Amino acid sequence: MMKKSRRSFLRVAGIAAVGLGAAPAMNFAASDSHGTAKPMKTKNKKALTAHRWGMVIDTNKLNDEIVENIIEACHIAHNVPDFDHEVDEEKYPDTRPVNHKQEVKWIWDEHFHSAFPDKEDEFLAEKFKHLGFLVTCNHCKNAPCVQACPTQATFKREDGIVLMDFHRCIGCRFCMAACPFGSRSFNFRDPRPFIPETNADFPTRSKGVVEKCNLCAERLAKGEQPHCVEASQGAIVVGDLEDPESEVRVLLNENYSIRRKQSLGTEPSVYYVV
Amino acid sequence: MNKKYIITGLVVFVIVVLSPFWFNLVTKTQAAPEPELSAKAKEAKKCVLDKYEMRANHMSLLDEWRDSVVRDADRMYTAANGHSFTMSLSTGENSCLGCHEDKAKFCDSCHDYASVDPYCWECHTNPKEIE
Repeated sequence: MMKKSRRSFLRVAGIAAVGLGAAPAMNFAASDSHGTAKPMKTKNKKALTAHRWGMVIDTNKLNDEIVENIIEACHIAHNVPDFDHEVDEEKYPDTRPVNHKQEVKWIWDEHFHSAFPDKEDEFLAEKFKHLGFLVTCNHCKNAPCVQACPTQATFKREDGIVLMDFHRCIGCRFCMAACPFGSRSFNFRDPRPFIPETNADFPTRSKGVVEKCNLCAERLAKGEQPHCVEASQGAIVVGDLEDPESEVRVLLNENYSIRRKQSLGTEPSVYYVV
Repeated sequence: MNKKYIITGLVVFVIVVLSPFWFNLVTKTQAAPEPELSAKAKEAKKCVLDKYEMRANHMSLLDEWRDSVVRDADRMYTAANGHSFTMSLSTGENSCLGCHEDKAKFCDSCHDYASVDPYCWECHTNPKEIE
């Protein structure tokens, strides 16, 4: 019969304790030496960046055709629904009849007196009376929509773009009430049946979500200019408002420009050269 | 006297309480479907995380990606295994669907089995479906 002395018991217990302690330590050392790199999230190297993005629209270079092209380019690329589009009955059966008062728009043309109600002079230059002024989200410095949004679905990005996280929008439409420019549209119904050609590079929206211009954040991230700039034949320039050397600042320096409803203090980032 | 009532009562009780088990014994249970990898995914071999972590945590990963893309404008993800991906569900070659080309066999089969109904596709589009 084996009889254990206290000494031999302690010895075995000690060795066992060291062994137990060693395993985790070894594992830790082993995992460290593997050097599991931390995953990293980065910007595309080609991405265009700015301290504060802004837009200059030269109204002298705009005409009806260019305006139409710009609107079309933007709306097709961003899957903006057109409620005049005839619904494909096969693909979307049981689509309710359309209320043609509804519209969703990111960029559109407006008469001078609607776009600039505070600048309507008695003897306004004749050319302004007929010119379609392109209006869109102004990406205001003090954006009231951002303050109104209860879920932070609308927020101001570091580079000045007022952006929407469609995932978070609950459709309360406070932002639409807050925006003095009417730049926001609400999806009263599923927009998909009314998208003539779905662009696979951009998601659609769903029912119950507000949408607006995103200054083509998805294109700036790839180092490309926004769709409106590309379609504008030089009439629209997008750049960094806080860089005195940038193209937008040079244009603003050389030309007289106006902004919409400046007296409200939202500090729009879209300038119009007139 | 009451013995037979009590015994029958007990037997009925046991049968009723264990009925889900009897039900499962009689009916055939469906095996969980295996997500089917497209040829492209098989060839690539490496996903963002390893297989088991991906299975358990892809939803948190997608959530993290969404915040990163929308809020911070960071759209490239370099995974711990050194591969980099475009943080996008469906746009481009380097996105989720760019590699896992068949949404029905890869996403939907498991989601249907698990009876989860993610609303990703209310907005995000499957490029294959558009054509």
